[in-house]
Amino acid sequence: MPVYLDNNATTRLDPRVVEAMLPYLSGPYGNPSSLHRFGRAARDAVETARAQVAALINAQPGEIIWTSGGTEANNLALKGVTGNHSASRVLYGVTDHPCVMEAAEALKARGWGVEPIAVDHDGIVKFDELDRQLKRRPVRLVSVMRANNETGVIQDVKRIAAMAHAANALMHVDAVQAAGKIPVDFAGWDCDLLSVSSHKINGPKGIGALAVGSHVELAAQMHGGPQERGVRGGTENVPAIVGFGAAAEIAMNELATRATHMRKLRDRVEAGLRELPGIEVFAQRSERVPNTVQFALHGYDGEALLMQLDRKGFAVSSGSACASGKGEPSHVLIGMGIDRDTAKGAIRVSLGKDNTEAEVDQFLAALGSLARQPAMAIAK
Amino acid sequence: MIYLDNAATTALDPRVLDAMLPWLRTQYGNPSSDHALGRPAREAVEKARAQVATLINATPEEIIWTSGATEANNLAIKGALEFRALKNPHIVTSRIEHRSVLDTCRYLETRGVRVTYLKPDSLGRIAPADVLAAAVPDTALVSLMWVQNEIGTINEVEQIASALRERGILFHVDAVQAAGKIPIDLARTPIDLLTLSAHKLHGPKGIGALFVRKKPRARVAPQMHGSGHELGMRAGTLPTHQIVGMGEAYRIARSEMMADADRTGGLREELWERLQQLPKIHRNGDPHNSVSHILSVSFEGVEGESLRAMLPGVALSSGSACSSATREPSYVLRALGRDDELAGASLRFSLGRFTDEAHIRGAATQVVEAVERLRQLSPLWQRAA
Repeated sequence: MPVYLDNNATTRLDPRVVEAMLPYLSGPYGNPSSLHRFGRAARDAVETARAQVAALINAQPGEIIWTSGGTEANNLALKGVTGNHSASRVLYGVTDHPCVMEAAEALKARGWGVEPIAVDHDGIVKFDELDRQLKRRPVRLVSVMRANNETGVIQDVKRIAAMAHAANALMHVDAVQAAGKIPVDFAGWDCDLLSVSSHKINGPKGIGALAVGSHVELAAQMHGGPQERGVRGGTENVPAIVGFGAAAEIAMNELATRATHMRKLRDRVEAGLRELPGIEVFAQRSERVPNTVQFALHGYDGEALLMQLDRKGFAVSSGSACASGKGEPSHVLIGMGIDRDTAKGAIRVSLGKDNTEAEVDQFLAALGSLARQPAMAIAK
Repeated sequence: MIYLDNAATTALDPRVLDAMLPWLRTQYGNPSSDHALGRPAREAVEKARAQVATLINATPEEIIWTSGATEANNLAIKGALEFRALKNPHIVTSRIEHRSVLDTCRYLETRGVRVTYLKPDSLGRIAPADVLAAAVPDTALVSLMWVQNEIGTINEVEQIASALRERGILFHVDAVQAAGKIPIDLARTPIDLLTLSAHKLHGPKGIGALFVRKKPRARVAPQMHGSGHELGMRAGTLPTHQIVGMGEAYRIARSEMMADADRTGGLREELWERLQQLPKIHRNGDPHNSVSHILSVSFEGVEGESLRAMLPGVALSSGSACSSATREPSYVLRALGRDDELAGASLRFSLGRFTDEAHIRGAATQVVEAVERLRQLSPLWQRAA
C-alpha cells in the first residue's frame, strides 16, 4: 500500500464507522419518511446521528441540515441566505475553497455584488480591509473558512463573525477542514451557518451537513419533499448519515489525542524539510491545523515532483484534490501573494490519525533523494 | 414484518453490498486525486458510469452523478431553464409528478415561470395530444415521469419524445420507477434529460444520476457550484462506494430485469386475486399498461388511517413515502378522480426482488381481515350492506 499523506483530500473510513453503517446497509431498510416500523427505525437512526454531529460542532440537533457533502453545504449556505433576499453584497475569503468562490461568483448573475476578502502573506484575513468592505452597506453574508485546506491556516472566525454582525451581515464558516482537527464551536463563534463534511473526518463520502441558526431564513436549493425542515428535499442517505454520526462521535472523543499525534508528525515533517535546501513552508508563522504543511522546493515543478513521489509510493497532492491536474498554480498561494513560479512548486502533506513516524521518515527520505537530483532531471 | 414498500426504498442486493464493501473498508482515495489511491477510485467510478449507461442504452459521457433523484430532477428542470435563459419561459408537466418535480415547478412559478399542469385520465395516463396542445413557442421544457410511482401506470413517453423532438422542445423524463423495471433505450427514444435513482432498484441511497444527451446536445446550468467535477455540471467529491453500488445494481438489473418483472408480476396478480375476496375495492392505475411491481387499491367503507393502524405487520404506504409524513390523501389518486375518502382509504403495495409468495399470502390475509373487521365496526357500511 502507498503511504497516504493526503488526508485533507479524503480520509480512510474508520473501521468502527463501517461497523456502525453495516446494519443499515445489510439489515433493516426503510425510507425515514415512511410511517411503518422500517421507516421509523431509519428515522431514529437519522436523529441519533444528528445529535452526534451537532455535539461535534457545538450546535443544537435542530440546527443540522443534512446535505450530500461539503460542497452542497457551502452552496446551500451562500445561495440559501441570498435566495429570498433582495440583492446586496456577499464577501468571501480569497483563499476559501473553490466551491465557496464559485457559488459566490454564481450570485453575480442574480445581481449580487461579490467581493473577495484579502489575506496577508501569512494567509490571515486583512481585518482593516474587511472593515472597510463592511463599512460599505449593505452586506448580506460574510463567508470565511475556519481552516484552509491547502495551508492549514486558521482564521479568527469569531472575530470576523462579530465584525459581520456589527455590519448587520450573516456569518458562514466553512469548517470542513477544521472538524476533527481542532475544536469547532458553532455557538461560541456566534456564526449563523457552518459547513462540515463526513469524509474528511474518517466518515463516508456523500454526506455532509450545514448548521443553520434558527433565526436564519434559508431558501431551499433542492426542492421536493418535506425533509430537513423543507430546506432540503430527497430521501435521506441513512447509512451515510449513521456513518457520519459515528465518525463525529469518535472524532470528538479522540480530538485531543489525534491532534497531539498529528502535530508530532507534522513537526517531524517540518524538521525534515528544514534539512533540505531551497524549501519554503507556506504560512509557517500562522496558527495552523496540526495535520497540514504546504511547501515548495525552489526550482522544482510541483506536478513533476508529485508524479515522482507517486511512483515511489507516496500519495500527496499540490493542494486541493478538486483542482489537481489542471496545471494552474494554487489560488490560495496566489491569494497570499506568493509568486506563480513558487506556487507551481507547491506540495501539500496532510496527515491523518493513522499515519506513523516511520511513514513520515520514508517520505522525507524519498523527497530528499529527489531534492538531491538536479531539478532538470525530474521531468514530467 | 412483511416489506411491501419497495417503491419507497428497497433492500440492498447482497451482491451490491459486496461490490461496495471494498470501497468502505480498504480503498478510500478521492476519485479526483491524481495518485495511487485516487486512480483506482476514479476507474471504479467510470466503470459504474458505463454500467448505468448500458442499462438505458446511453453512452457513459451522458451520465452525471447526483446525490439522488431529487437532485437530478432539480438539476434537469432548473438547470435547463437557467441555461436557456428565455425571457418568458413555460414548462409543461402533469399533476401527478413526483414532489421533487412539482415542488421545483412551484418554486419556479414564484420566479415568474409559467407552468401547465396536465390532468391525467382516470387510469393515470397523460395523453400525448394534451402534451402537444399545451406546448407553446415559449415552452422551454416538458417534464413527465415514465412510470407513476403510486399507481404504476406507464406513460407513452416514446411517442411523446418523438413528437417533442420534431418540434424542438426539450424533454425531461423522471425514470426513477421505470429504470430496471421496463426496457429503456435512449439510442432510439429522443429523450433529452432522464432522471435515475439507485435505492429504488436494490442499490444504495444517496446516489442517482441525470442522463444529459450529447447528440443533439442538451445543456443544463450547474445547480451546485465547485471545481469542475462531472463536466462542470455538478460539483462535489464523488462518493465512490455509492457510485460503485449503483453501477452494480444497474448491472444486475440489466441481466435480471425480465425475470424479476415476470416474477413480481405473477405475485402482484396473486395479491390482487386474493384481495378480491373483498367486495367494493378498486384497483388504481392502468391494469393493462403498468409496471409489474406496483399495485394500488382503494377500499370502500374503511378509514385510511385506521386501516394502516390495523396492519402493523405489513410495511406499505398509502402513497409515496414523501407525502406520507403529511398524512393527506394522495394528490395522485385525487387527480385520477378518486374522492378524498376513497383516496385516503388506499394502499400501495410495491414488490421487489426479495418479495416471495409467503409475503404476498401473509399480506393478503392481514389486509382482508383488517378491512372486514373495520367494515363490521362501521355503522355506515353496515347500513349500506
